Amino acid sequence: MNKFFLSGNEAIAMAALDAGLTLGVGYPGTPSSEILDNVSKHGGDAEWAPNEKTALEVGAGVAFAKGNAIVTMKHVGLNVAADPLFTLAYITIPGGLVIVSADDPGMASSQNEQDNRRYAAAAGIMMLEPASSQQAYDLTVKAFELSREFHMPVILRVTTRVCHSKGVVIRPDARKDKPAASFTKNVQEQVMIPAFARKAHRRLRSQLHKLSEISNALAEVKERDNASFGIIANGISVMHAIEAAPDAAVFQTVMSYPPPIDKMREFAARFDKCYVVEEGDPVLEEYCLANGIKVEKRPEIYRFGELNVARVRRMLAGDTTPEPAPAPGKPPELCPGCPHRKSFEALRDLGCIVSGDIGCYTLGVLPPFSAIDSCVCMGASITVALGMRHTLPENEARKVVSVIGDSTFWHTGVNGIVEMVYNRPATGHVVIILDNSTTAMTGMQENPGTGRKLDHTPAPGKLVIEDVVKAMGVDNVDVIDTTLENEKFRELLKKRLASNDLTVIIARRPCVLAMVKIKSYENAK
Amino acid sequence: MCATVNITFAGLGGQGVLTATDVLAAALFTQGYDVKKSEVHGMSQRGGSVSSEVRFGEAVASPMIPDGESDYLVVTDMTQIEVNLAKLKEGGVLITPDDFDWSSLSNKKALNIALLGRLSTYFNIPEEVWMRAIASELPEKIHEVNFAAFKLGASSRQP
Repeated sequence: MNKFFLSGNEAIAMAALDAGLTLGVGYPGTPSSEILDNVSKHGGDAEWAPNEKTALEVGAGVAFAKGNAIVTMKHVGLNVAADPLFTLAYITIPGGLVIVSADDPGMASSQNEQDNRRYAAAAGIMMLEPASSQQAYDLTVKAFELSREFHMPVILRVTTRVCHSKGVVIRPDARKDKPAASFTKNVQEQVMIPAFARKAHRRLRSQLHKLSEISNALAEVKERDNASFGIIANGISVMHAIEAAPDAAVFQTVMSYPPPIDKMREFAARFDKCYVVEEGDPVLEEYCLANGIKVEKRPEIYRFGELNVARVRRMLAGDTTPEPAPAPGKPPELCPGCPHRKSFEALRDLGCIVSGDIGCYTLGVLPPFSAIDSCVCMGASITVALGMRHTLPENEARKVVSVIGDSTFWHTGVNGIVEMVYNRPATGHVVIILDNSTTAMTGMQENPGTGRKLDHTPAPGKLVIEDVVKAMGVDNVDVIDTTLENEKFRELLKKRLASNDLTVIIARRPCVLAMVKIKSYENAK
Repeated sequence: MCATVNITFAGLGGQGVLTATDVLAAALFTQGYDVKKSEVHGMSQRGGSVSSEVRFGEAVASPMIPDGESDYLVVTDMTQIEVNLAKLKEGGVLITPDDFDWSSLSNKKALNIALLGRLSTYFNIPEEVWMRAIASELPEKIHEVNFAAFKLGASSRQP
């Protein structure tokens, strides 16, 4: 039998392949990272792009050529990809384009808990939301069908618990072949100059109108004998609601944008009381209330964090008393032997103002290092520091250091070097690139600097950080192992901070967890 | 309809908590149950507390076990009992490394699978099913040590 036990991410990968995937492309980010690894593992073509904007544009190109692309990223990745996203909504896409947005309510491994359902409405892009591994499979296949039928991109929104929970998946269909690729000129619908975009926007709105009907048709209701109230829910919250309220009928908005307004209205009208159970922003609640559908307002405390069965029970009971804090576990920390440790010890001892970035090394903020003073988003370490250098009095400006990982440097850090060379601070600047030769935090994926492709085989090209930053006009480029040459590193850092030069110090030493794997890839060559 | 059985497995990053529940879920899956398994990856794995939850029965809805509803709590590290005790239901079973003598384990890293062996004594699932699950979830070169670890745990308690 075609029955598997899969995580949501594994199910998405399998479904994309079964739907005739041409290429999977994305940037690693918890909880989305395993999707492309699984595409590759099961024989599909998949690649890591340097960032999410790049990934989405490559995916769009695949679809312009009538292929099927899946583009994967975590929720904050869609911020990076928002520029192509909004205009792709206007474009008539000949192939299939499915964008996976993996949101992280509760911030298990993220810097914010933004709710990307807002993007679907803001851009005018249809959005599907699975509640289980089985639905992750089914709705990925559906997303490709809808994308090709309506010539529009589709966002598949998943959350941490859908991505990483495992469940039983029945796989109904045999794998489809990749669609035949060709190019058809269609400037009116594919070149977004204002004259064409004005028409395209109108076309988009009329398409969304048609899609409302499909949204109504896709919505599902779990009926209960003698249900005494109704619950409208999306994604994983559907599962919590089914378990928490055995005497409620549970409505699932399978397509959360455009929302199934007519069906929600019919459903809510059946009950004296109807609740909305959703994580994050009150999106469904607002759709209901704006359309005159009578639902109970959710107490504000349930907007924060993940939901679970216990929280849903409390919410339905109208309990707004403070929730019990979970028992504090052991917090994560930099691994024993982690090469970042020695770098942060030096930064702490020298009293630097450290502009940090996104990766394992963000843990440098915690004791015993306490050596990170800001962390905003991917690539911000360099640019935020430049702003500080421009503004602080000289004695403080001289202490400002940027700390960024190798993969994050290729992601958007490289733009910061452009800014640094072009708008040079009077005191110069020091950027430390912590090159541990892998994308460690998300599970040791490859990146443009490792010389290997997603499947760990040799890449046709390898980007060398020192060559790139030298060519960009940085005054000093130093490469050092801060563990083996710690004293030398401290002296070098002091010297560079005292000068008015632009400096990039590449602290190069492989991640202790990745070292064995990297050796095995090298030996396999 | 059989009730859902809930198992919480907890420990520290690197102790094989997620691997143990992969084996557990694989074994239950082959027995035809509806199975769900939930955990959080990413940052929490960097040496911090890790827990993984497995639920099985006829139809499982939420992948997460509500507090006070876990039938079993298995810990690979004594420090993680307190952190996870709220999961365990009243009268539920706690399984810890102190429950049996595992000093004869040739590779101490196989403690996770030894604890799984101990847990298996509460279920009516034949040993060969567990062995197949270990073989399907773990790399071949560590099969033998884990078969032995499982058997050590399984023989430490009369079912």
